[in-house]
Amino acid sequence: MEKFLLRNIDNPNSSDIKEYIKAGGYKNLSRAVGMGQDDVMEEINKSGLRGRGGAGFPTAMKWKFAKADPKFPKYLICNADEGEPGTFKDRPILEKNPHLLIEGMVISGYVLGAEFGYIYLRGEYPAARDILDAAIAQAYKDNFLGDNILGKGIKFHLSVHQGAGAYICGEETALIESIEGKKGQPRTKPPFPVNVGAWDMPTIVNNVETLSNLPLLIEIGGEAYAKIGSEECPGPKLFCVSGHVENPGVYELPMGISLKDIIYEHCGGIKDNAKLKAVIPGGISTPVLPADSIDCAMDFVAMPKAGSMLGSGAVIVMDESVCMVKVTYRALRFFEHESCGKCVPCREGTDWLRKILERIEHGKGRKGDIELLSDVAGVMYGRTFCPLGDGAAGVVLAMIKHFRNEFEEHINTKKCKY
Amino acid sequence: MFNEAVIKEIDEIRVKYPDRKSALLPALYIAQREFGWLSNEAMSCVSETLNLPEAFVRGTASFYSMFRHKEVGRHLIQLCTNVSCMILGAERLIDFLNTKYGIQKNGTSEDGRFSLVEMECIGACGTAPAMLVDTDFYEDLTEENIVGILEQYK
Ligand SMILES: Cc1cc2nc3c(=O)[nH]c(=O)nc-3n(C[C@H](O)[C@H](O)[C@H](O)COP(=O)(O)O)c2cc1C
Ligand code: SF4
Ligand code: FES
Repeated sequence: MEKFLLRNIDNPNSSDIKEYIKAGGYKNLSRAVGMGQDDVMEEINKSGLRGRGGAGFPTAMKWKFAKADPKFPKYLICNADEGEPGTFKDRPILEKNPHLLIEGMVISGYVLGAEFGYIYLRGEYPAARDILDAAIAQAYKDNFLGDNILGKGIKFHLSVHQGAGAYICGEETALIESIEGKKGQPRTKPPFPVNVGAWDMPTIVNNVETLSNLPLLIEIGGEAYAKIGSEECPGPKLFCVSGHVENPGVYELPMGISLKDIIYEHCGGIKDNAKLKAVIPGGISTPVLPADSIDCAMDFVAMPKAGSMLGSGAVIVMDESVCMVKVTYRALRFFEHESCGKCVPCREGTDWLRKILERIEHGKGRKGDIELLSDVAGVMYGRTFCPLGDGAAGVVLAMIKHFRNEFEEHINTKKCKY
Repeated sequence: MFNEAVIKEIDEIRVKYPDRKSALLPALYIAQREFGWLSNEAMSCVSETLNLPEAFVRGTASFYSMFRHKEVGRHLIQLCTNVSCMILGAERLIDFLNTKYGIQKNGTSEDGRFSLVEMECIGACGTAPAMLVDTDFYEDLTEENIVGILEQYK
């Protein structure tokens, strides 16, 4: 497939506006403005674009809600928090193709009638910060940002807001709290951010990759876009593959490609010809799949049927040397650390789960600990304020379902054999 | 109180937001840069400059793991140990740094040269294990190459 999101990233100056324009950049912004807001909206509707941040929400629907709200100003926020462990797909756009994102945001701002945009960038990406700041300054200079964009009186201002190391700030309402200078704790929904978001105004939060799809969508039109990848979730998708494969990295492939093909066709198979044990297909919060269940289509609709989720498209590949109890324990350390503390099932549940997993991994597991893990996770599931707690519970339940024997072995032999 | 240049820097950030609370995270970053960590004095300066209650400033600052509440070494090693890095040897590196430089996890070497913080994923999983030293990324780490990298930081 021809690359779009990762177009030109091998060019060492790809983040420079001159190179971006040379490769046809910012033409789609002019085209979008030529079409007018309603026609662009219609193309997005036809395209079937779904958000790439993890939940796969239809972009056109979110935008319609925000557009329908009569309050002004409206805000557009790009979610560049990329905190889900295993995920590094937005980073090449931010560092190597920042103008694609900026062009996508200006188009979005134009369509939505939003005049102010923010890129909420995770604190752990200091290099991206400098690159984005430089790219934004260039875009202002060339009149792609400011009060009179393209000389057509279009107004859009953009700046970077840097997070400070809290995974929960990737959740859109926590992110909004964080932009407002507060602790990043999720808000009650409804009201949804499209009506009451940043500074109580209609706010659209979209992922980096989602917004970066806009120029392509304008370039080829919604109908052609809808033909890429799977029918229910069209478009190109960035998959970031890590762990035990020969060629880890970020791959731009059609949505709906089989997980097996990603690993064996594109990433060169399992490293050193080892045997595959398991794959976490969508970032650490998504349920694990055992080696024999990886022949599934990677999109938002098919993955739940296969027993997991597409999440952020972060594929973590594990060979037979990996201890699944240890992976579960490490994942729960993460969730415990990142739980924002707002609701009891998640705050207490992640602490409990981590403690039980820690003793099993360290050879101090007790009879009945597996049932206890299932109980605690079962009680959490569906009862937490935001999806972080559900994710933590789901990870434990899936690991026990597929690798129960490893948990039992740890408890029975009082050690980890790995 | 911050010096005039810093106050000016914060003022320039404030205009990007519709209210003054929203400049808090950027202002805390600046305070951390100026003081090395968020001491009481650093947080008071932020509170004064943005005209926000100290309790609010502290509350926000305490929530985020990249704000430091104690003094750190001259260089900060932030090594990821999340799953992709873990299965490719990140924990061995932690042990190695302990033996070689005497730095404990979440501690500082005796000579004050390095502090080591264990990180959650830093978005370099495809080139794991990975770390940030101050603001520089290093990837594909091994016991062999990590020494050469750290030697650049005195
Ligand atoms: C705990 C948690 C963490 C999240 N982290 C991110 C993130 O790092 N980046 C992201 O784009 N979306 C993240 N999301 C999803 C956002 O809440 C939101 O759905 C997304 O930004 C919407 O954009 P999209 O429609 O373009 O996908 C997270 C959600 C949860 C519950
Ligand atoms: S589920 Fe966890 S992260 Fe989400 S609101 Fe509750 S405590 Fe916070
Ligand atoms: S897990 Fe270490 S960088 Fe992502």
